[in-house]
Amino acid sequence: MREIKADVAIIGAGPAGLAAALSAEREGAGEVLVLDRGEELGGILPQCIHNGFGLHRFKEDLTGPEYAQRFIDEVKTKRKIDVKLKTIVLEINQNKEVLATNSEEGIFKIRANSLVLAMGCREKTREMLHIPGSRPAGIFTAGLAQQWVNLEGYLPGREVVILGSGDVGLIMARRLTLEGAEVKAVVEIMPYPGGLTRNVVQCLQDFDIPLLLEHTITFIHGKDRLEAVSVAKVNSKKEPIPGTEKIIPCDTLLLSVGLIPENELSSLAGIEIDPSTGGPVVDERMQTSVEGIFACGNVVQINDLVDYVSQQGEVAGKNAALYALGKLEQPKGVINLKKGRNIRSLVPQIISAQGKVSFFIRVKNPEQKVKLVLGKSIFQQKNPIVKPNQMITWEVPFEDLRLNDDVKELEVSIRKL
Amino acid sequence: MKKTDIFDVIIIGAGVVGSCIARFLSRYKLNIALVEKEAEVGFGTSKANSGVIHAGFHDRPGTLKANLCVTGNSMFDKLCEELNVPFKRCGALVVALENKELKILEKLKAQGEKNKVPGLKIIRDDDLFQIEPNLTRRVKAALYSPTVGVVSPYELTMALAENAKQNGVRILLDTEVKDVTFQDNGAKVVKTQKGVLFAKYLVNAAGLFADEIARMTGDNGFTIVPRKGEEYILDKKRKELVKHVIFPIPQRQTKGVLIIPTVDGNIMIGPTSQVIDDKFDLNTTGKGLQMILEKVRKIVPAINDRDIIASFAGLRASSEGGDFIIQPSAKIRGFINIAGIDSPGLTAAPAIAMMVAEILKGEGLKLVQKDSYQPSYRWIKFRELSPEQKEELIKKDKRYGNVVCRCENVTEGEIVDAIKRGARTLDGIKFRTRAGMGRCQGGFCTPRIMRIMMNELNIPLEKITKRGRKSNILWGKTK
Ligand SMILES: Cc1cc2nc3c(=O)[nH]c(=O)nc-3n(C[C@H](O)[C@H](O)[C@H](O)COP(=O)(O)OP(=O)(O)OC[C@H]3O[C@@H](n4cnc5c(N)ncnc54)[C@H](O)[C@@H]3O)c2cc1C
Ligand SMILES: Cc1cc2nc3c(=O)[nH]c(=O)nc-3n(C[C@H](O)[C@H](O)[C@H](O)COP(=O)(O)OP(=O)(O)OC[C@H]3O[C@@H](n4cnc5c(N)ncnc54)[C@H](O)[C@@H]3O)c2cc1C
Repeated sequence: MREIKADVAIIGAGPAGLAAALSAEREGAGEVLVLDRGEELGGILPQCIHNGFGLHRFKEDLTGPEYAQRFIDEVKTKRKIDVKLKTIVLEINQNKEVLATNSEEGIFKIRANSLVLAMGCREKTREMLHIPGSRPAGIFTAGLAQQWVNLEGYLPGREVVILGSGDVGLIMARRLTLEGAEVKAVVEIMPYPGGLTRNVVQCLQDFDIPLLLEHTITFIHGKDRLEAVSVAKVNSKKEPIPGTEKIIPCDTLLLSVGLIPENELSSLAGIEIDPSTGGPVVDERMQTSVEGIFACGNVVQINDLVDYVSQQGEVAGKNAALYALGKLEQPKGVINLKKGRNIRSLVPQIISAQGKVSFFIRVKNPEQKVKLVLGKSIFQQKNPIVKPNQMITWEVPFEDLRLNDDVKELEVSIRKL
Repeated sequence: MKKTDIFDVIIIGAGVVGSCIARFLSRYKLNIALVEKEAEVGFGTSKANSGVIHAGFHDRPGTLKANLCVTGNSMFDKLCEELNVPFKRCGALVVALENKELKILEKLKAQGEKNKVPGLKIIRDDDLFQIEPNLTRRVKAALYSPTVGVVSPYELTMALAENAKQNGVRILLDTEVKDVTFQDNGAKVVKTQKGVLFAKYLVNAAGLFADEIARMTGDNGFTIVPRKGEEYILDKKRKELVKHVIFPIPQRQTKGVLIIPTVDGNIMIGPTSQVIDDKFDLNTTGKGLQMILEKVRKIVPAINDRDIIASFAGLRASSEGGDFIIQPSAKIRGFINIAGIDSPGLTAAPAIAMMVAEILKGEGLKLVQKDSYQPSYRWIKFRELSPEQKEELIKKDKRYGNVVCRCENVTEGEIVDAIKRGARTLDGIKFRTRAGMGRCQGGFCTPRIMRIMMNELNIPLEKITKRGRKSNILWGKTK
């Protein structure tokens, strides 16, 4: 089998992989190889033709393709970054060897000094929710419907119900309405929407699309093509309340019920996965449990803003380059972080407590007037409001905290003010 | 379809039974048509079942079920080898959770031995947990049956029909038989929505609708009762859960809820068994899922509903008497009914085909071997090639290097092959290649597959259907 060598190999050319490639090159890596199974660079961004990208990073309101283009343009000027598109990675083995294939070169092996995982995520399907009923045509995940409309120019249907109020679902409610379809309802099982508030306002309220909170779909009707869905109100245990069921006729159902980090390759490589994020356990350098393999973006955790994805990509790329060049020191002492009160997930999960560390945090329940607390109260920060649908970023200046060497574990929690 | 087509034999229904018969008869010098109302073969019950090749210990001695199951089972190695279809004799365990059930295991064993099922034995304790470590320790003993196997039922049905076609059988899809009449000269007139066909001999293998076809001829001798079975498929990452098909102690009507290591490497749990009155009701239900989970967890506690990646329901075409009905019509010479083919119909199908050929002969059909008969059916199984063979193939045809389905690793080359073999719908491609059957359920590959279909079949995207009729995927172009 043919073999290719590289200093740093990056799997996935979305915003995470592109940022990682650029920062690895900047750090002095010799050969950076980026692999993606798609036909173009940018990952999921080319199909996100709405705006709202880059507000943090560029202080500008860009569309997905515009945001991606800034990185793509820069990547194209770098001689040391080699890109292979329409190339799927099939396997990463325990020796960090990567097996990939494309139609031009067939199956080949890549040996790199370090790897960056940036495979993004996939969408949850109807089957994971166990919605009873028939299996007709006309049921799409929201991202797939977005691809049909925005990239291929096809409308999936005319009368639409959307299950789940994640961002992709909200954005598609607006998009389909603009394309002349009727969005009859967005159905959400939780008492609050899953996506960003700005999307609820701009995509639903501005178009008078009903948002049915604390509701779910209980049955799918239709033989060949979808004909209707049954919708019911749920109780506090999220069980449908008998007698509240109603039938909404529709020919299309979109599911925006969550994303799952795409970690089949990571598992093959023997990388430890955190069940609360669905992604690899990483330290503040974005290194996984396997030395020399780094990870960033939605493969690590589902981010709501692409700006955070790029930021993690840069950290991962830089450290992957240092590792490849033999310049990355492995930390002497490490501290495990524990999830305390009202914390659903936390990245990084392991730190060496040097310099500044950026944490990405999700809470379990919405709360007001709270503070984020490290340990008993080594460091804290006030927060007027926290919500499960909004990721919290938190910078902790460890160099100023002067922790004792014997600290092995620290808890992060949300406390009432 | 020309009005003047006269066939020696017309078979109504391209399920596994009709397809087996068509292929079996295709070795003879006969002009045969296989008529199917769906867009693809196997889209009735034959694509929606447990895929277990039963040994034959469940059925009462002397019944058609017992005899045809045991004979059918013994034919599977050769059949699947000829047709290039994956088949594995994984063996089965019927597990007893209570001491009082041990008697039932003994009875099943005796019944199986009477039916000439080979190799049955009772296993206990440590030996059992050694071969199936995830069984609950509450299991007291199990009946082991080495000849039970697993097969891909839709791959088998499609390969049977495709091989029959290769040997000259005409396959008429999207063709629903609406009426059957007879002429004085004995010819059978088969009216479909596409035109009229004539046959000297007519075989009714219409599954759930066999009673309705018989009624068209004035034969009200039997009624088909649909009995629904729901099944749930787990992610491949759980494929180590069990190695044998695990049966509970059988109930009066059914073999119970099974845990099946499918031939494709998933675990499948099910089926339920519920008599219904709508022959089109393929709904899965919350109740069905709960019932299945409860039952299988009692035997393998590690089974988790979070690992479910797909579900479906199939309808058993049960006869009121319980046994298969395979007989010439009492009224009309040359018309044969095959009805009540519920489980173990998949297993019995090759034996049913032989039996039907005998009946046809008895009715006067001349069976003369033809030299050109080719029982071996081959297409490229990329997945099963060695790395070197794969490399060779990609060098010859680049499309085998382009992975289209990322969950099951199906290449563009294989999709094109499936279309060449006859796939015309998205599900037709799925069932031939597994593209879209993995954990993302087609989220990634659907647009890619549809573009390949558009190019190969020369049809616009909005005309592509999931499974024929009005199951179009897309509504049309955007503004
Ligand atoms: C509808 C929608 C709306 C959004 N709106 C906003 C917004 O308004 N503002 C904002 O800031 N963010 C938004 N986001 C979020 C943002 O787009 C994502 O967070 C970001 O794209 C994630 O980047 P990534 O690089 O981790 O993953 P991706 O962009 O998904 O890239 C991963 C890449 O890896 C490739 N890959 C995976 N596995 C393999 C393999 N085995 N071999 C080869 N290649 C592989 C994939 O093909 C893909 O190209 C939105 C996202 C969506 C879907
Ligand atoms: C849940 C479940 C699990 C099962 N598990 C097993 C198992 O593990 N092992 C086993 O051996 N068996 C099993 N069975 C039984 C097995 O699936 C059936 O016995 C077998 O598939 C029957 O095949 P068939 O060809 O008779 O029926 P079908 O596959 O239903 O074929 C009949 C065909 O006739 C067509 N047709 C009907 N009416 C017309 C018309 N008017 N014009 C033209 N075409 C028409 C239909 O569209 C259909 O394609 C199971 C069944 C179910 C439901």
